[in-house]
Amino acid sequence: MRYHPLTAADRAAMLAKIGVGSVDALFKDVPKEAVVPLSAFDLPDTQGELEVDRKLSRMAAKNTAAGAAPFFCGAGAYKHHVPAAVDHLIQRSEFLTSYTPYQPEIAQGTLQYMFEFQTQVALLTGMEVANASLYDGSTATAEAVLMAQRVTKRPKAILSGGLHPHYAETVETVAGLSGIVTRAPVTPGKAEDIAKLIDSDTACVVVQSPDVFGLIRDLKPIAAAAHAKGALLVAVVTEVISLGLLEAPGFQDADIVACEGQSIGNGLNFGGPYVGLFATKEKYLRQMPGRLTGETADAAGKRGYVLTLSTREQHIRREKATSNICTNSGLCCLAFTIHLSLLGEEGLTRLARINHAKASALADKLAAVKGVSLVTPAFFNEFTLKLPKPAAEVVDALAAKGIIAGVPASRLLPHDPAAKALLIVAATETTTDEDADAFAAALSEVL
Amino acid sequence: MTMNNQGRPTAPGTIEANELATISGDRGLDHEEPLIFEIGREGHCGVDLPDMQMSESRLGGMRRRAPIGLPGLSEPEVIRHYVRLSRMNYAIDSGLYPLGSCTMKHNPRLNEKMARLPGFGDLHPLAPQSTTQGALELISELMKWLTTLTGMPAVAMSPKAGAHGELCGLLAIRAAIQARGEKRNRILVPESAHGTNPATAAFAGFVIDEVRGTADGRVDMVELEGKLGPDVAAIMLTNPNTCGLFERDIRHMADATHKAGAYFYCDGANFNAIAGRVRPGDLGIDAMHINLHKTFSTPHGGGGPGAGPVVLSAALAPFAPLPLLVHDADGFRLIEDREQLPQGAQPFGRMCAFHGQMGMFSRALSYMLSHGRDGVRQASEDAVLSANYILASLKDVMSAPFGDGPCMHEALFDDHFLDGTGVTTLDFAKAMIDEGYHPMTMYFPLVVHGAMLIEPTESESKESLDRFIHVLREMALEAKAKKTERFAGAPRLAPRRRLDETAAARKPILRWKKKEGVPQAAE
Repeated sequence: MRYHPLTAADRAAMLAKIGVGSVDALFKDVPKEAVVPLSAFDLPDTQGELEVDRKLSRMAAKNTAAGAAPFFCGAGAYKHHVPAAVDHLIQRSEFLTSYTPYQPEIAQGTLQYMFEFQTQVALLTGMEVANASLYDGSTATAEAVLMAQRVTKRPKAILSGGLHPHYAETVETVAGLSGIVTRAPVTPGKAEDIAKLIDSDTACVVVQSPDVFGLIRDLKPIAAAAHAKGALLVAVVTEVISLGLLEAPGFQDADIVACEGQSIGNGLNFGGPYVGLFATKEKYLRQMPGRLTGETADAAGKRGYVLTLSTREQHIRREKATSNICTNSGLCCLAFTIHLSLLGEEGLTRLARINHAKASALADKLAAVKGVSLVTPAFFNEFTLKLPKPAAEVVDALAAKGIIAGVPASRLLPHDPAAKALLIVAATETTTDEDADAFAAALSEVL
Repeated sequence: MTMNNQGRPTAPGTIEANELATISGDRGLDHEEPLIFEIGREGHCGVDLPDMQMSESRLGGMRRRAPIGLPGLSEPEVIRHYVRLSRMNYAIDSGLYPLGSCTMKHNPRLNEKMARLPGFGDLHPLAPQSTTQGALELISELMKWLTTLTGMPAVAMSPKAGAHGELCGLLAIRAAIQARGEKRNRILVPESAHGTNPATAAFAGFVIDEVRGTADGRVDMVELEGKLGPDVAAIMLTNPNTCGLFERDIRHMADATHKAGAYFYCDGANFNAIAGRVRPGDLGIDAMHINLHKTFSTPHGGGGPGAGPVVLSAALAPFAPLPLLVHDADGFRLIEDREQLPQGAQPFGRMCAFHGQMGMFSRALSYMLSHGRDGVRQASEDAVLSANYILASLKDVMSAPFGDGPCMHEALFDDHFLDGTGVTTLDFAKAMIDEGYHPMTMYFPLVVHGAMLIEPTESESKESLDRFIHVLREMALEAKAKKTERFAGAPRLAPRRRLDETAAARKPILRWKKKEGVPQAAE
C-alpha cells in the first residue's frame, strides 16, 4: 500500500525487537471474540490512485457545479471568486499538515495568521475582540446565545423571524437544553417588531442582517430596546462580503457578532467546512468561547504569539469550560485571512459594490417578468421574489433547463404557507449579464 | 486531542544573547515577518476589480460610514508574507510528529485533489437535489464505510468536529432517555478522559462523575459498577484509552451499563488503533464519534477544520439529528423537515446549518477507497507495531508506567526517569525541538506524573523510527547523567525561544492596533 512505509522485513525486525512472534500478540488485551476477519467487512480492497480518482470523479460529474450553470443560490452560502493564490498558499505543507499550535516555538506561522485573522474580524464587525474562529456561522450563533445566557444569567433567547431557519434550529438544539428559545414571527421583506418581545428574562435577541430574505435591518433601535431591558443584542451575518458596504454591527451597538465567513476565501463545499466568525466587546472576553491567539515575547525578547486565555477552554477547565469546543476552523480561517489580505480595503469595498450592483440589476430584470414581484425593498446581494406558482416547482423546472435559480423559501420553512411562493435569489461578482438574461427569459417561460 | 499544561511553567525566564547579530534581523533562511497591517499601505490591492457605480437607494440607509481599516497589499507581497509565515511551522510533511492521541499521519494529496473537484468543492448545499445526486451518493458511500467498519447500524454525519460529535451522541442519549419517560442526569467519565468529554457532558446539561483508574491504567470496574445507578444516563469511555491501552473489560462494562439502563458512549479518537480488526458495535457501544481528521487522515490544518460523524446503535439511531439521508426509487434524498420523517425517526434537532463537512467527507472516502479494508487493517496494525517498537526500544532508559504489557497505537511514559536530574517533562519535550522533532504530547493523560505520550502512526519508515529512538535514547541518557545543558531553556534553534504565556494571559493583546502618531511602515 503506497502510504505504508514498513516492509515485511521491517515488520519482522520490529516484532523481534518487541519480543513477540506476530502482531496478533500486540492485540492480546482485545477480547478474542471481538476480533473479526477481513471478510466480515463488505468493502473493497486497496486501490491505486487512478482507480480512486476515476470513481470519485464520476460521482462529482453527476452534480451541477455552481460554476457550470447560471447560478443564483444563497441563503447562507455564496458563490464567489477566490483568487488562485489562496488555494495555493493553504496547501503549503507547513499549514496543511501541522497541528493546533500548542508548541508556539515551532508554530508561529499558524499563530501569527490567527492573530491577523482576529484583527481582520474585529475590524470588519466593528467589535473590540474576535476569536480564532468557530465551526461555521450557525454554530457560532448558538455559541453566542449560550454566551449571552452566561453573561446575563438569564434563560431566554428571542430569535428574529429573519434568522436563517437552519441557524434557528441549531440554536434551539443547544440553547434550548437549559434555556428558553422563542422565535418571532416570519415577516418576509419586513422587520418584525421584536422589541416588544423582550422582557426581564431575556438574555438576548438574535437578529440577522441582511436577513434570510435578504432584507437589510437597522440594528440600532433593537440594541437600544434590548439594552434598556438588560438584554444583549446578538447580530448575525451570513454574507460577510456585505460588511464591505453596510454598517458594521459593532457600530450599531451589537454585543456579540456571529458571522459565516465562507464567502471570503472558501468554496461552497456542499455546506462545509466553513468558518464561523465570532466577535464581542472586551468586557465579555472571559465569557467568549473558542481559541484565542495573543501577542507576547519570547525569552530573547522577540515578539511572538501564543494561544492564550485557555483557562476558558475544555483542555484546562474540563467540565467548567465556556464551551466544549476543541477546534477552530484552521485552514478555512487561513483562507479567509489570505483572501482578505489580497482584497484589502479597496478590494473588499469594490467587491461589495459589485455584488450590490449585480443583485440590483438582477432584481429589476426578474421583477419585470409577468407575475413576479420583489419582496425585499432593501438588500445587499440577495433578495426574495414572490412568484405566481410554488417556488419549489419553479426551481425544479428551471433546473431542468440548466439554471440553478435560487433557494425556495419552502425548503427552509416547510410549514409556512406564505413561504411557498417565495424564491430567495442571490447574485455576486460571478453573475454575468448573460446569466441574468437567461434566468429572466427562462423564468417567464416556466411561469 | 488536547494538551494539558497543568503544572508546567508558563514564563520563559531570560537568556543571554550570544548569537551573531545580523543587520537585517533575519538569519539565513529564517526571516522575521511583520504583520500584514504593518506591511500594507493605502491604495494597494491584490485583486483587480472594476470600480462599479451603484445607487444607494436600496441600502435602507445602512451604508457603512467609516473606513474598515484593512491594509492594502499586492499579490506578490501577500504570497511572500504567508510563505514566510508557513516556514515558521513544523508539519507532518517535514518531520515525524509524535503527538499522542492526535494521530498525525500522512495526508495523501489525492484526497486534496478529490475534495476540489468542482462537483464537490463548487456545489451549493441548497442547490436542487436533482443536481446534487453525486454528492449525496458520496455521503451515502462514506456512511456505508463508517457503519461497516464500526459494525453499527446508523451514523449521523453533520457534526463538524470530534467534540461536536460527542455533543451529538450525548444529545441522542438525552433524547432516548426522555423518550423512555425517565430522568437521568449523571454521566460517568474516567479520569483519563480527554477534556472534551466532561466539557461536552456539562454542555449537554449533565452532571459529571469521575471514575478512577486502576494501577494498570484501566477503568476501575468495581468503582464503575458501584457508581452505576438509576440516575446514570451514560458512561463516556475512550477505547483504546488515553494511556494507549485497550480496556479489557469493555464487554463487561457495556453489559453493566446496559443493565443499569444507561448508554455507552465511546470516544472514537483512538479508533485508528483497531479499525479493520475490531468493530465497536460488537463491544456493546451505543454511540461513538469518529474523528475523520485522525483515523481517516483529513488534514489537521493547524487546528481544523475537522469532522466528527457519530455512529449509533439501534437504540439511539431513531434520535439522529436532521438532516437524514435516504435512498429510494427516486434516488438520494435529504430529509430536512420533521413532517417527512421515515417511520420511527425522532430527531433530537439539528447540529448545524446544512449537512456536515462535505470537504472532509470526500477526503476521507478517498483515503478509505485507496486503503481498502485490507489497507485500513494494515494501517492499524502498523500503528500499533510502531508504538510498541518505540515502547520496547525506550523503556529501559525512560520510564513506562504500564510498560509490562503491549500498548496500542501510542506509548505512554512518565517523568520518573528524570527524577533528581532537574530536567522536567517540559524541558525534555522542548529539547526535542532543537533535535528537529515536534514534542510528544505532554502532561496528558493526567493519570501519570509528567506524562509523555508518543504516537508514531503507521506513516513512519523503520529508518525514521530508529533515528527518533536514537535521539530520544541519547537525550534520556544525557539527562540521567545530569548533562542538562541542552534541556535548560530549550529550544534554542527554533524560530522562537520559549514564549511568555503568563504575560500573554495577564494583559491580553488579541489584535493589532494602529499606534497613535506612529506612521505605518513604508508610508
